[in-house]
Amino acid sequence: MDRAAAASTPLILIEHLHKQYETDAGPQPVLRDVSLRIEPGQFVAVMGPSGSGKSTFMNILGCLDVASSGRYLLQGNDTSRLSGNELARLRNRFIGFVFQGFNLLPRATLLDNVALPLLYAGVPVRSREQRARELLARVGLERYAGYLPSRISGGQQQRVAIARALVNSPRLLLADEPTGNLDSATSHDIMRLIAGLNAEHGTTVVLVTHEADIARFAKRVIHFVDGVVDSDQIPAAAGLASRALP
Amino acid sequence: MIAGMLREAWSAMGANRLRTFLTMLGLVIGVGAVVLMMAIGQGAQTLVREAVATMGSNLFIVLSGGTTAGGARSGSGTAPTLTLADADAIAELSSVAAVAPTQFGNAQLVYGAANWNTQVMGVTPSYLEVREWRLVAGQPFTEADLRAVARVALLGQTVVKQVFGDEDPVDKTVRIRNSPYLVLGVLAPKGQSFDGRDQDDTVLVPLTTAQRKLYGSPFPGTVRFMMVKALSEEAMSRAERAIDALLRARHRISPEGEADFTIRNLSAVADVQAQTTRVMSVMLGAVASVSLVVGGIGIMNIMLVSVTERTREIGIRMAIGARRRDILLQFLLESLIVSVIGCLIGVILGVAAALLVSRVTEMTVVVTAVAIGLAFLVAAAVGVFFGFYPARKAADLKPIEALRYQ
Repeated sequence: MDRAAAASTPLILIEHLHKQYETDAGPQPVLRDVSLRIEPGQFVAVMGPSGSGKSTFMNILGCLDVASSGRYLLQGNDTSRLSGNELARLRNRFIGFVFQGFNLLPRATLLDNVALPLLYAGVPVRSREQRARELLARVGLERYAGYLPSRISGGQQQRVAIARALVNSPRLLLADEPTGNLDSATSHDIMRLIAGLNAEHGTTVVLVTHEADIARFAKRVIHFVDGVVDSDQIPAAAGLASRALP
Repeated sequence: MIAGMLREAWSAMGANRLRTFLTMLGLVIGVGAVVLMMAIGQGAQTLVREAVATMGSNLFIVLSGGTTAGGARSGSGTAPTLTLADADAIAELSSVAAVAPTQFGNAQLVYGAANWNTQVMGVTPSYLEVREWRLVAGQPFTEADLRAVARVALLGQTVVKQVFGDEDPVDKTVRIRNSPYLVLGVLAPKGQSFDGRDQDDTVLVPLTTAQRKLYGSPFPGTVRFMMVKALSEEAMSRAERAIDALLRARHRISPEGEADFTIRNLSAVADVQAQTTRVMSVMLGAVASVSLVVGGIGIMNIMLVSVTERTREIGIRMAIGARRRDILLQFLLESLIVSVIGCLIGVILGVAAALLVSRVTEMTVVVTAVAIGLAFLVAAAVGVFFGFYPARKAADLKPIEALRYQ
C-alpha cells in the first residue's frame, strides 16, 4: 500500500498526532493517534463527514494550528519546535492555501491580492507585480488585474486565490473545500486547474472535500471518521475507477 | 516593504473615509487648540517682554520722601529730599551704570497751526542711556545745553505725528508754554509701556530748562524722581544696597531710621508680570493638551473597532505568511498616518485660527515653529502610544481563530 515507503524523505510525516479542544464539558478529542506520511508530488483527498476532524487536520498541516501531542514533520522540520515567526515563514514559502470562501482581501485589487504573499516574503515591489501578473495569466485572469474581487464571479475569485497560493512556488498546496461555494461546472474547472498543477509542476496537493465527485481527481483518498484515519487507499486506476461513484 | 505597507494602510483608511475623518477630528481639534493657545500665550509673553525691553533693563527708581502737612501725609516724591548732588554721587557707585534725574510735567506744545498737550520731561543726557532710547533723526542735547539752560527739545513719535504730520521736525522751532524751543532730534518709537501708556507721547528737554524756565522749582537743585541703571542683572541687589547706604550717609539717617527716599526695583515688577504670562501660557497649553489625549483615545477606540472588524483579514494575512510584527507594523502605521494627517490639518487650522484671532481682536498672537513642532511630535507620539494597544491585539491573534472569525 505504501508504495514510496523507503525511497525519499516524505514531505509530510505525521506520528501519533492528537488534538483536543478544551471545552466547558472537559477536553474534547478531535484527532486521535493519527499517523501518516505524504510523499512529494502526491495528490491526496481527505474525506469524511462533518466533525470527523478533517478540517482540524488540514489546519495543523497548514501550520495554522498546533497539535496537542505527537509529531508533525514538514520536509523534515519538526513544526512543534518552531516559533510563531518560523511558522509564518513556513506558511509563506512552503504552503499555499485555497479556502472554501476564497478569502481574498475585498479592498485590494486582484493583482495586489496575488502579490500579497510576496510582500511578506520581502520581494521588491517591481518583481512582486511582475510575478503576480504571471500567475494571474496562468489562471487566465490577467486582464482583470486592477479589479476588486467583488467584480468577478466566484469561480474567478477561486482562480485568483489559487494564483495567490502559488505565487511563492510552494511545495504544498492545501485546499479546504475549494469547490464548496461553486456550481458543479465551475467546480470541475477549478479541480482541473489544481490537478494540472499537480501533474505538470509536481506540486503536492492535499484537498479536503466531502464530495466524492471532487475526490476522484485525487490519486490517494484518506477517510477520517471520529478523529481517526478510517481508510487510506490508492484507487486501482487513480482517477478512473472513482468515476463510477455517484 | 514599508512602502508597500504604507500603501496598504492608505487604502484601508480610504475604504472608510467618514470614519477615518471622525477619528482624525479629535486630534485635529486637539492640535489646533494647542497651536492656538500657545500662539496666544506666546503673544502675551512677547508683549510683556517688548514692553519691559522698551522700559530699559536693570532699572531702579529712586523717589524723594513724602511731606507731612497738618498730619496729612503726601505720597512719595512730594518732599524735596533728593538733590542733583545725590544723583551725581549715585552715578559714582561702581555697581551703577548711569543715573537720570527727571522732572515731570505736562505742557501745551504749538507748531504753526497745530498744537498738542503732552508730557514734557526735564532730563539729563544720561536719560537716553538709562532708557536705552535711540534717536531716529537729529542730535541729542548735551551737558553744555544743560549748563546753558538751553531751550532745546527732543520729540517723541506721537508728538511728531500730531504736530508735524509728514514734515521733518529737526531744526524747527516749537513753542512750549509760549516759549520757543529748537527741536534737536526725534526719538525712536517705543510703543506701549507694560502698564499701557504711550511712551512716544513725550517731549524731552534739559532738566535745568524744565526746572528754571518751564515749571519752576521752589527748591533749586532738588529732584523728586530719578532712574538708576545698574551695571548688570547680577549687580542689581548690590546696587540697591549701595544706593540705600549712600543716601542714608548723605542724608545722615541711621541704618534703622526711616528713610526720606524710596528705592523701587522696576525689573522685579516686570519679572513678576513676565512670570504671570508664562504661567498663563503654560496653563493654556496644558488645558489644550488634554484635548490631544482625548483625540488619542478616539484613535485607540476606532482602531480597536477596526481590528475586530478586520479579524478575518488579519487571519488571511497570517495564513499567507504575515508575521506578528508585520501585522503590528500595519496597524501602527495606520494609526500613525491618521495622527500625522490629523496633526497637519490641526496645525493649519490652529494657525488660521490664531491669525483670525489677531485680526478680529487686538490680541497679539505669535505662532512659533517650536509650538508647531511640539504639537506635531506630541501628536505622533499620541498616535503610536494609542495605536500600539490595538495593533498588539491584532498581532497577538491566533491565525486559526482569526481565520474562522465571521
